[in-house]
Amino acid sequence: MGLSEERVRELSALCLSFRRELIRILHTIQTGHPGGSLSATEIITTLYQEKMSVPSAGDPDRDRFVLSKGHAAPMLYLNLAEKGFFPKEDLATLRQAGSFLQGHPCAHKTPGVDVSSGPLGLGLSVGLGMALSGKLQKKDYTVYVLLGDGELQEGGCWEAAMAAAKYDPGNLIAIVDHNGVQLDGTNDEIMPLFDLAAKFRSFHWEVLTCNGHDIAAFSDAVDRAKTIKEKPVVIICETVKGKGISFMEGKNTWHGKPISDEDYQLAMEQLGGTADE
Amino acid sequence: MSEKIAIRDAFGAALKKLGEQNEKVVVLDADVGSSSKSIVFGKAFPERYFNVGIAELNMTAMSAGFALSGMIPFVNTFATFITTRALDPVVSLIAYDHLNVKLCGAYSGLSDSYDGASHHSLTDIACVRSLPGMTVIVVSDAVETEKAVFAATKLNGPVYLRLSRAPVPVIYPQDMDFKIGKGIVLREGSDIAILATGYMVHKALDAAKILEAKGIQARVADIHTIRPIDRKLLLESAKKCGRILTVEEHHKDGGLGSSVCEVLSETCPVPVCRMGIEDFSESGDYEQILKKAGLDSETIAAKAEMLIQPF
Repeated sequence: MGLSEERVRELSALCLSFRRELIRILHTIQTGHPGGSLSATEIITTLYQEKMSVPSAGDPDRDRFVLSKGHAAPMLYLNLAEKGFFPKEDLATLRQAGSFLQGHPCAHKTPGVDVSSGPLGLGLSVGLGMALSGKLQKKDYTVYVLLGDGELQEGGCWEAAMAAAKYDPGNLIAIVDHNGVQLDGTNDEIMPLFDLAAKFRSFHWEVLTCNGHDIAAFSDAVDRAKTIKEKPVVIICETVKGKGISFMEGKNTWHGKPISDEDYQLAMEQLGGTADE
Repeated sequence: MSEKIAIRDAFGAALKKLGEQNEKVVVLDADVGSSSKSIVFGKAFPERYFNVGIAELNMTAMSAGFALSGMIPFVNTFATFITTRALDPVVSLIAYDHLNVKLCGAYSGLSDSYDGASHHSLTDIACVRSLPGMTVIVVSDAVETEKAVFAATKLNGPVYLRLSRAPVPVIYPQDMDFKIGKGIVLREGSDIAILATGYMVHKALDAAKILEAKGIQARVADIHTIRPIDRKLLLESAKKCGRILTVEEHHKDGGLGSSVCEVLSETCPVPVCRMGIEDFSESGDYEQILKKAGLDSETIAAKAEMLIQPF
């Protein structure tokens, strides 16, 4: 059953507040990656606040989330704080010496982070190991792995894709944040991915696609993915890098760049917030 | 010290025995299971054995996922590939999150002799011992291999276990006392201390016999744990003998010899001569290429003799 319109409205409102908080924090600390967090906002928020069962950080039966594109860490932290795994006030310490909120996810420092990440191309392998462990231990958790599209240029992703098809644990769902843009330019300029769906299909995966900013559509895709057991499933989410802030949208220069005071004012206006909030 | 057993056979048997006792143990291999002998576990426990194909990076990152979900993964491939092809997840996942993964480096040193330099491992100890929190063990015979497998399993954290292809004379009795981080003095002497590891331990014992015939009493110790190294044994050897000779089947820089120098330079500086491999080797008979690298008992004895001459 799909999400009610009311629930979609609630999650949309939450996503908007996360975007504002993200921009506020990154402007204050003058470091971090706005682009990739903004493209993955609906994906990560829908997973943590709606789809995943995580009664407590570290619960052995919890659903797992692997943020393979580790540079979207701030959006993960916003969701973990919303879950109550640490105080929201601590979000302001992001990337600062002494903080438990590292520039890239760190499992041994941050409550609720299931695995450390940062070097790209490892998360799908980690997720497969987690999924197979669940199967061996007869647990019924699901493992979600969020991959960047530029990240798929790492060969290791395809080693993992092959292995997932061989072992098909039945509890592994890969999600691609397909925003088409990476640090130095567009995917097409830097290293074209061509037909990504066809690539996964040829690795014996089931491929679902949806608009990664459409909460109801993404939620439906996750529900559908959970019913597919005979092959590993990837949901390719079409997204916009920098989504929600006009001058960041689709711009590789906003992969990781400090936000000026002027841009901050403009961004907050577009997000319906105020700069001094 | 006459019967020879291949380290890899002892390892395969130990893994199987471990699998019988511990359901949390899973074993991964990258299509060298028949060489590493992880296949012995695989035949006994197919549901806990993952041959992921020729994909060392994926195998090692997968092991992190297993460890993060309560299993105890043993990762197998040739030693050189763990610290070249798979080093990224070893650093960024296994060492960083201090995961309970056991990295098993098969065919270390020159032991895969005929395959040539591409399959030898000269720098693996240097790589792994520089990683925070990593325990590094190098086994010297079949008995120690089994003990090390079980001891590594009991230790909750990342371990690099350096294995070998070679048949090695059995040095230890079955009831030997193996403790991670505690070296074993195999022979007492006060003229010089020969600190050896892995396949070089029995060579060092042979060298000590050559020296004894010349009236030189060498202390010989098996430094099976390179990290954390047995500082007490090192200090005691330096004080007692005043001269140290280290012997390892690894590049001369970065392994056992370097570890010993690091400790003694800070605590009890004495002359230390490091014996190891100086350059990439070549295909050939194992004992022949070891001898060419100066890693035979005669050369060890000759070095020791030189070292005890007054300066």
